[in-house]
Amino acid sequence: MKFLHRVFLTLGLMGITISPALAEEAMSIDAKVNAMFATATGPFVSLIFAPLPGTSFPWIVMWLVVAATVFTLYFGFVQFRFFRHAISLVKGDYSDPNDAGEVSHFQALATALSGTVGLGNIAGVAVAVGIGGPGATFWMILAGLLGMASKFTECTLGVKYRNEYADGTVSGGPMYYISKGFKEKGLPGGKVLAVLFSIFCILGALGGGNMFQANQAHAQISGIVGDYPGWITGLAFAAIVFAVIVGGMKSIARVTEKVVPFMGIMYVGAALIILLVNYDKIGWAFGQIFEGAFTGLGVAGGFVGALIQGFKRAAFSNEAGVGSAAIAHSAVKTKEPITEGFVSLLEPLIDTVIICTMTALVITISGQLMIDPVSGNYMLDGSHIATVGGNTGVALTSAAFGSGISWFPYVLAVAVVLFAFSTMISWSYYGLKSWTYLFGEGKTKELIFKIIFCVFVVIGAAASLGPVIDFSDAAIFAMAVVNIIGLYFLMGLVKQELVSYSARLKSGEIKKFTE
Amino acid sequence: MSMKLLVGLDGHGSGERALAHAKMLAEAVGSCELLVVYVIEWSPYSFQTAEENAERHKRREEEIGTATDRVVAPAVAALKDAGINASGIVRHGDVADTLNRIAADEKADQIIVGRSSDGSVADRIFGSTIVNLVMSAKVPVTVLS
Repeated sequence: MKFLHRVFLTLGLMGITISPALAEEAMSIDAKVNAMFATATGPFVSLIFAPLPGTSFPWIVMWLVVAATVFTLYFGFVQFRFFRHAISLVKGDYSDPNDAGEVSHFQALATALSGTVGLGNIAGVAVAVGIGGPGATFWMILAGLLGMASKFTECTLGVKYRNEYADGTVSGGPMYYISKGFKEKGLPGGKVLAVLFSIFCILGALGGGNMFQANQAHAQISGIVGDYPGWITGLAFAAIVFAVIVGGMKSIARVTEKVVPFMGIMYVGAALIILLVNYDKIGWAFGQIFEGAFTGLGVAGGFVGALIQGFKRAAFSNEAGVGSAAIAHSAVKTKEPITEGFVSLLEPLIDTVIICTMTALVITISGQLMIDPVSGNYMLDGSHIATVGGNTGVALTSAAFGSGISWFPYVLAVAVVLFAFSTMISWSYYGLKSWTYLFGEGKTKELIFKIIFCVFVVIGAAASLGPVIDFSDAAIFAMAVVNIIGLYFLMGLVKQELVSYSARLKSGEIKKFTE
Repeated sequence: MSMKLLVGLDGHGSGERALAHAKMLAEAVGSCELLVVYVIEWSPYSFQTAEENAERHKRREEEIGTATDRVVAPAVAALKDAGINASGIVRHGDVADTLNRIAADEKADQIIVGRSSDGSVADRIFGSTIVNLVMSAKVPVTVLS
């Protein structure tokens, strides 16, 4: 503990001692680090986000959408056929009362959702609609619906191939199902893919799951209370994250886990109120969404621009195919792995089809996007649609909600900070599981990762590390490259489970426990 | 006629009073079996972190172990010493629902519980466990104050 105190003290002092006189020098160091990092990681980032030849469509987005479509067709539209069954499972209708006290389907779903519902739903959607117009919403919903099949596939495998240890704890995720599943099928290369996945997952956890969150949380707080150094937010966040993941202060996590769903419901509730007040415009807004989806309504890149933005945002937001959710869902107590697959397919629905669409509708209805009264098309400001007050990203969402409920931007700021925090806690676990997969389980090894994670919280909040953020986003999507390759090879196993389970459900062998 | 009585323990004084009352009844009836039950309050709709989920099975076993060692096993042992046929059960869940379900599964003739005196504000508004139990029970319930 003494060592840890010293680490934080040193970090704190580093921040304090950067006086204005040294700021310039510090800035130049910052710039140098950024430049070096960008050079080193640039090729990787460019590779992941490279556009398909002759288009501006990143191949990685296509990779995710194609996979989601393949899984949807292969499993015969499982997301629609088993939708009601999924709700029934979450309600606990099929849970054995004698298993009470174990992780329920509801808990596994709620935990996974707290990792995905976050900045993507608030800031990301505003970016998509701000560039691609309301039409992007249509493609976002479509990608969300397709993504449900990807989640189903990865989460079924996550439970099926998890490790259950003698002491009763469990570990699961793509690294386990890829290595074990490949071995079972006699395929080579499983171990290599699993190691690759783990490496990308650790990088993604430190970047997108940590630094980006800390950075955005600081931006939100300083946006309300005025500008102040980021390391202060960073230290505060790191201290709380440290208390939770190292100190075992479960009470803090539990409070967040309770407040976050409440915030999510409040967010959707506020959106619904705004929609109800403007009920006369709902038809018009949907008209804009459908018309824009196929014509673009004057946005940069036309309908293709809308499509790219919509697909991209859905993929960024619900993480279907990335493999992260499989880690979270694998702790559930069930004798049938596929049941968790059914439950997990609700995740993209809640995250993308409901929450993201609410954001998009509110932005569209609020009139923040400026329309040319003569042509009826959106007015452009560079590649963006011109907005009232020139807002983009989270500021656009905030302004849109603020135009309906004046005090809501304050609630939104609190929500952003809490969402950021819960995403960090979730990703600290995903990163840790990959870390222990690579280096083995053990208190010291785990502590090392947890400390590294906390240090990155401070770095993320303090600096505007553009290239690092690019790199971490790329790492999250690199997870999807490895994971989906694994899923293609293992989807046959899921199909077997699906056929067997459907037959037993139909024959009445699998029964509800509730009358 | 043989009777089966279910005694709900809570690890506090009220549970002890319920146990004492059940013991008295058992001795009076003669041919009577006592089922000593401890329910660990738990909801499948609570929110947990991923790490808590991963360790849940282990914790559950620990919780059951602790409840058995500290509350149920000593009570069962004392009853057996007194020559009463007794057994113990530890379960997770909503207290009222779980006691009812066990009573139904085990075909108990009566449920005996103690009422703790420190009813919280939440209990007063939403109804306490005891009220829920009495309202939903399918067998007679004896509540000791």
